[in-house]
Amino acid sequence: MSLAGFGGVLVWARRGIVDQHRWMTADQFNETFALCHFLPGPNIVNLAMVFGSRIRGIAGGIAAFAGLLVPPMVIITILAALYARYGEIDALRRILAGVSCAAVGLLIAVVLRMMMPLIKQRDVVGVVVLGAVFIAIGVMRLPLQAVLVVAIPLSIVITIFMRRKSPA
Amino acid sequence: MNFGANPVATLIVTFGLMSLFAVGGANAAIPEMHRIAVDVRHWMTDKQFADIYAISQLSPGPNVLIVTLIGYSVAGVAGALAATLAMCVPTAALAYYVSRLLTRTSQSRWPAIIQAALVPLSIGLMGASGLILAQATDRSLIAALVTSGAALLAFATRLNPFWMLLAGGILGFAGLI
Repeated sequence: MSLAGFGGVLVWARRGIVDQHRWMTADQFNETFALCHFLPGPNIVNLAMVFGSRIRGIAGGIAAFAGLLVPPMVIITILAALYARYGEIDALRRILAGVSCAAVGLLIAVVLRMMMPLIKQRDVVGVVVLGAVFIAIGVMRLPLQAVLVVAIPLSIVITIFMRRKSPA
Repeated sequence: MNFGANPVATLIVTFGLMSLFAVGGANAAIPEMHRIAVDVRHWMTDKQFADIYAISQLSPGPNVLIVTLIGYSVAGVAGALAATLAMCVPTAALAYYVSRLLTRTSQSRWPAIIQAALVPLSIGLMGASGLILAQATDRSLIAALVTSGAALLAFATRLNPFWMLLAGGILGFAGLI
């Protein structure tokens, strides 16, 4: 499964876990995913760990974790070695430059898509938090830890406050 | 490698710490990786960082494997292994314990609140990733056009991203970027 996940494993993970093997129901999957999304770290790796351990205990968790990481790690290490060796070749440099332009575009598209629900719900607080983090990290280049230590508690407090004010 | 400590140990400490702050996944941690790898430690140039991001997108597997590439360029295979495990093991362990905790204490409303509070944060972080990577890659008008074109296509259609990466590669090979 790890190798099929081109440009993101999540879609494949869902198809395999819910549709093909019926290891989890769709609701269980969403709940597990939500949990892994607010925890720090690589979501899909966390998901593999939690998923594996729900099915077969801690050994299952470790098996899923290794199964997800090891094969692509081998491939990408080979790619890294090739890049270290041939990275200076002109044609390859040009190809990589082109690919990275497109890859950045894809990332921007993901960000835009994720922003749409906030904008549709007219979530002013969310958009302000989003913009503030964007400027602090992207423009001012402040260290991540410093920004999050301020931003996470602030955002949680505001969210609780807003929910009390308008129970939607 | 001109810093005194063992580079593998530096990688483990760097990514182990970073992983615990990577709210919203690997793409949200890219500005921090860039700041440390390029500005603080001088492991690589802006351009190399952009190349590495491109390779990580081109190869199969989770996006987090960009840390494998950073580790490899710093300390070879040992660095690749150390960086990846440091990035993935602490949070996977955390996820394991939290999930057990949550199944025991039944439904609480805290996860929903924390999640609602963190979603805009992580989108902001990913937006910052996009900005930093765009500044590293888009050195010409055509490059900027390719980026915006790919962004628009991926936003508006359900086209497989692979085709956009391929098109970018072909344009680059043709010497247009």
